[in-house]
Amino acid sequence: MTDILDTARQQVLEEGRGLDERQLREVLTLPDDRLADLLQVAHEVRMRWCGPEVEVEGIVSVKTGGCPEDCHFCSQSGQFQSPVRAAWLDIPSLVKAAVETAATGATEFCIVAAVRGPDARLMKQVREGVAAIREAVDINVACSLGMLTQEQVDELAEIGVHRYNHNLETARSYFPDVVTTHTWEERWETLTMVRDAGMEVCCGGIIGMGETIEQRAEFAAQLGELGPDEVPMNFLNPRPGTPFGDLPVMDSKDALRTIAAFRLALPRTILRFAGGREITLGDLGTEQGLLGGINAVIVGNYLTTLGRPATSDLDLLDELSMPVKALSATL
Amino acid sequence: MSGAGDEAMFCGQCGLTLAEPRHEGCALRATLEPPRYCTFCGRRMIVQVTPTGWWARCSRHGDLTSAGSATSDLELDDEALG
Ligand code: SF4
Ligand SMILES: [Zn+2]
Ligand SMILES: [Zn+2]
Repeated sequence: MTDILDTARQQVLEEGRGLDERQLREVLTLPDDRLADLLQVAHEVRMRWCGPEVEVEGIVSVKTGGCPEDCHFCSQSGQFQSPVRAAWLDIPSLVKAAVETAATGATEFCIVAAVRGPDARLMKQVREGVAAIREAVDINVACSLGMLTQEQVDELAEIGVHRYNHNLETARSYFPDVVTTHTWEERWETLTMVRDAGMEVCCGGIIGMGETIEQRAEFAAQLGELGPDEVPMNFLNPRPGTPFGDLPVMDSKDALRTIAAFRLALPRTILRFAGGREITLGDLGTEQGLLGGINAVIVGNYLTTLGRPATSDLDLLDELSMPVKALSATL
Repeated sequence: MSGAGDEAMFCGQCGLTLAEPRHEGCALRATLEPPRYCTFCGRRMIVQVTPTGWWARCSRHGDLTSAGSATSDLELDDEALG
């Protein structure tokens, strides 16, 4: 049998074709003593098909907490006893956050709301917020507002939202164990509408929620089928009061194997370090991830938790000779 | 804003009184979590995180920011106070 890393070199590195589900299972079960080789191949794939640039993004919650959905990992669901209280960010504060994000060198600013889907009040806030941000600062604006109607998709495209985030969260076969208030298929539908409207598609999920290795491979392959422009990778940060609050933090080697596997499934995508990396990978793992397939980061804080200071990541990118992607460039 | 004479009596991370043991985990967590409870009264606060900081509001004791200072001119929408 051919070694899976030799296959990856030929199929992904040379030909640019992502690994399939069966091949990804092999990658995800490679022993620890092959991990360095695996990360190396994933890094070469990233350099070959994406280049050395790193896309830097900041995110902010415009509507926090009180969500009617029951995503078992989420501290913003109104269905669990979480310490997170509802909050609503006004437009001057939103613009200030965008300006501060741009000052770090970030080219992406994502406006996020804890909702099933936007109502008229939220759409108005986003419309006015996007316009105010564009007046104030040069930065790409993305949104993550849950499931959309066709009308809402069209409106977001119209006002210049260039990318829409909507995570499938996990493998289709595991989704019912994570969310019961809506389906994986409903999420997929929003993603299809977003793509058809000409917005970039950002779709990832959370690793380490109790899914099996096989389901991790399944999820990566399903993302490969979707072909998103960006895949944010979160690692479960167990939130007090949520159904997943007592799950263990994921093993760092498994996390790194998963990063590399996602890169081998998605050679050309923007693969972003998102939440949970600090507790899962620490400083060393962050560097290993950037040398193992990751080519984008969220700088600074997340929606309800804090991240490393932006300068720590920017200094690291500098050390690794990975330039921050400029606003005009596309990966 | 904390009134004169108020003293921190509660843990900002878990909301329990500081007299209780076992806040080591809370201290650790504070590097990656904004406070969720008012340290003066233990009430759950409204917290807004932004890419470069956070602010938090207690309905009784006012506002606190990541810059360390209490301030009274934050822009939290009033509806969030409910
Ligand atoms: S839809 Fe989003 S905000 Fe609501 S519970 Fe699920 S993950 Fe949390
Ligand atoms: Zn405590
Ligand atoms: Zn108080």
